[in-house]
Amino acid sequence: MQQHLTRLSAADIAAAISDGDVSATEVTRAHLDRIAEVDERVHAFLHIDDEGALATAAAVDAKRKAGEPLGPLAGVPLALKDVMTMRGIPTTCGSRILEGWRPPYDSTVVERLRAADVVILGKTNMDEFAMGSSTEHSAYGPSHNPWDLDRIPGGSGGGSAAAIAAFEAPLAIGTDTGGSIRQPAAVTGTVGVKPTYGGVSRFGLVALASSLDQAGPCARTVEDAALLHAAIAGHDPRDSTSLTDPVPAVVEAARRGDVRGLRVGLVKELSGEGYQAGVTQRFNEAVDILTELGAEVVEVSCPHFDYALAAYYLILPAEASSNLARFDGMRFGLRAGDTGELGVEEVMSLTREAGFGAEVKRRIMIGTYALSSGYYDAYYGQAQKVRTLIQRDFAAAFEQADVLISPTAPTTAFRIGEKVDDPIAMYLNDVATIPVNLAGNCAMSLPIGLAPEDGLPVGLQIMAPARADERLYNAGAALEAALRDRWGHLLIEEAPAL
Amino acid sequence: MTADAVIPFDDAIAAFDPVMGLEVHVELSTASKMFCSCPTEFGAEPNSQVCPVCLGLPGALPAVNAAAIEAAIRIGLALNCSVAEWCRFARKNYFYPDMPKNFQTSQYDEPICFDGYLDVDVPTADGIKKVRIEIERAHMEEDTGKALHVGGSTGRIHGADFSLVDYNRAGIPLIEIVTRPIEGAEQFAPEVARAYVAALREILRSLDVSDVRMEQGSLRCDVNLSLRRTPADPLGTRSETKNVNSLRSVERAVRYEIGRQAALLQAGGKVVQETRHWHEDTGVTTSGRSKEGAEDYRYFPEPDLLPIAPDPAWVEELRATLPENPAVRRARLATEWGLTDFEMDSLINAGALDLVIATVAAGGDQARARKWWTGELTRIANDRGVDVHDLGVTPEHVVRIETLISEGALNDKLARQVIEGVIAGEGDPDAVVASRGLAVVSDDGPLLAAIDEALAANPDVIEKIMGGKQQAAGVIVGAVMKATRGQADAARVRALLFDKLGVVEEA
Ligand SMILES: [Zn+2]
Repeated sequence: MQQHLTRLSAADIAAAISDGDVSATEVTRAHLDRIAEVDERVHAFLHIDDEGALATAAAVDAKRKAGEPLGPLAGVPLALKDVMTMRGIPTTCGSRILEGWRPPYDSTVVERLRAADVVILGKTNMDEFAMGSSTEHSAYGPSHNPWDLDRIPGGSGGGSAAAIAAFEAPLAIGTDTGGSIRQPAAVTGTVGVKPTYGGVSRFGLVALASSLDQAGPCARTVEDAALLHAAIAGHDPRDSTSLTDPVPAVVEAARRGDVRGLRVGLVKELSGEGYQAGVTQRFNEAVDILTELGAEVVEVSCPHFDYALAAYYLILPAEASSNLARFDGMRFGLRAGDTGELGVEEVMSLTREAGFGAEVKRRIMIGTYALSSGYYDAYYGQAQKVRTLIQRDFAAAFEQADVLISPTAPTTAFRIGEKVDDPIAMYLNDVATIPVNLAGNCAMSLPIGLAPEDGLPVGLQIMAPARADERLYNAGAALEAALRDRWGHLLIEEAPAL
Repeated sequence: MTADAVIPFDDAIAAFDPVMGLEVHVELSTASKMFCSCPTEFGAEPNSQVCPVCLGLPGALPAVNAAAIEAAIRIGLALNCSVAEWCRFARKNYFYPDMPKNFQTSQYDEPICFDGYLDVDVPTADGIKKVRIEIERAHMEEDTGKALHVGGSTGRIHGADFSLVDYNRAGIPLIEIVTRPIEGAEQFAPEVARAYVAALREILRSLDVSDVRMEQGSLRCDVNLSLRRTPADPLGTRSETKNVNSLRSVERAVRYEIGRQAALLQAGGKVVQETRHWHEDTGVTTSGRSKEGAEDYRYFPEPDLLPIAPDPAWVEELRATLPENPAVRRARLATEWGLTDFEMDSLINAGALDLVIATVAAGGDQARARKWWTGELTRIANDRGVDVHDLGVTPEHVVRIETLISEGALNDKLARQVIEGVIAGEGDPDAVVASRGLAVVSDDGPLLAAIDEALAANPDVIEKIMGGKQQAAGVIVGAVMKATRGQADAARVRALLFDKLGVVEEA
């Protein structure tokens, strides 16, 4: 029974708890046991909050006993990316500089999860300050891909994706600045969604790049992702960039899954050279399935996507260099050199020297340079212009198609250590996911099979216009159902037992 | 530190043309901070008015206080500025421990208000000089925390043993008002600077957007000053003097910097572009941070905040409801009331103009109202060390007392006792009159008795009056007033006395 509980979807767990077939406490214990069993090898978690999780579960059980109505995710366990604040629970962002810091406040996402009676199991590993595509830049060591423990689980939210793929949790929160939800989903055979910018509050999300960051759901099914999306989305007056629109009807769309007559655009620039053969093969098969399901597939061109990576690696470091300035050892976190002898500037400098890893320092330096007077127009200014051009490319493409698709990542999971010393090779992992962040619209990654050459999961990315997140769920659910019919199960069921 | 050489002001002005730029920071008196809901009260226990947002904790985000935007626009309109149809906040990046995020959320090339002016009357030895000060911009930003450097000799961060930071002030909304270079002020530069800050303060007070207390730092002035040989020359290198915390200091700091820079230039030296600190006690400026290799703040648009696009209809509404410009109002009232400049100045200096206006509006006579507010009431307020507004006496009280005097129910002396009672919290004037029994004795019987008594005590007076020395009557009137504890009508006593003696009172 215990083992079985960890393999249920979030929707099924919630139903079982609501029906009284199982208690939230049993579900939580099963997942905590699973974590105890496998996380030493997976290293998805940086902090496990047994006590808090069991307390929430007990509260859900008490509610049910008292006959109070339960929400659609009540009692469902969740893993929280360690970039989200949660009152009293360590939040490190994968960095030494925040070691030991316990935030005095809840992020809006956590507030909403609490309101939905979701059981938060703990905090998941990530590349330091979400800078990376493998979790190898975590100060606390990499997470491992449950499909092959020698391989990366993607990044920056590799911990969240690995936790789901390893059945340590049915749901997780990720954040996506350039692909940090979608690329880990792709390489772990799970589902991940980057909502429309402003769809989910960023209050309490420790900022990497404010104009790109967006929190979203990670799950094993499209429906579960939709349930989590609906729980965390919606306007928040504490985040000025939060949308005031009503939350798109994502759950209904995930349950509809009908692509008949849907115009699906293949983005010419997100294919071909640089894409692994098995990735392209599975992608083409998925396109055929969509056609069989009644979708109308067209090719679209987004010529400025070729400049997306370059623009992204100016805008992101520029904003990050400013966002990360507050980590100076004065008010929270690590403080180095506080001997009573040194001045404040030296203490700040030593703290940042000791607390930040190499990738973070690299991006702070790039960003500082890009914003410097005399260089601003040539770098940051120019990058913002490219951003506008990419938005126009999307707008034109969405004239011809209702959704766009591409492989999520150019390759399957690479080996730990393979790219860690080659920043450019690492950055190229996000070539297909970055345009969406620059434009502020939404996208989903879902598993479409295993690459024949390495037997590792391949993800397909669906992109939709801003505020049309429901289109992702509709198209994703249709494709997921067709593949499930073909395989007889979810792809993740094929993952090796740990 | 050796003192800087300074040459006499007149010599400096004879040889150089000063150009000033004034940057005034105004702390808005909004109930909450610029980007969070923390209170803004002055003088609270350190770090008691803070939250994750104004402490810059990881993950916290700003949300703009609409009241601060409104105040900024009203200030801009009062300074004849254009209001931006669309503008953004920007981050000004630099590391300093009193700045929680190590960037200040400010505005850079898109200020909310720009291109304005303020007409200033500058009192000089040659009479009033009218000067138009051009306003380049008025922009919004957040205040920093306040660092207290303990130990060391200078109270500054370098050389201190340790520093304490109070973040209560961090995030309080500020408006920075920047002038264009002020040219042509010549020998009046110090007075022009002072008059500008004074006029600005008066406008801000009339808008009710700030406490404008320089000594508490809710209005702070930075003085930029440079010299050149002649007005035809390009602008010289400027110094930026901070910590100028009173109107008098503004004037003195300008005067001092002119003398200091002139001495440097006369000696063949160069003015360094730097921040200087004004020392109120010694009346000098000392060098702070050098700005050579100009600081790079790496400004960029604040991505956590949406652009501000004030609705033009709303801006027009704000414009229509602006209070009358204080200078215009002053001129209008001086004409209406027939006041001399001196009378108007003393009214302004007493800070009682609004009270007099309110008293007149409540039906009072302006001359009598001015007499009360700038005389008796200001004196009592000064004795008690409170503002005349805070005495507890209202314009309506003054009108009522005046009415009682004109009806003959009170005389001036009794009226002062009524005021005392009102201040003591005994109620409104009528209540004080009733409870203290303060009414003029108008029954002739007791007065005649008192007159007889007084005449008996001063037998020589009758002879004097009969002999034509009518001023001797004062002795009797005084004695009667004393006997009735001031409650008699002196004119009536006098009339009864002459009546009794059968003497016709001289006009
Ligand atoms: Zn606050």
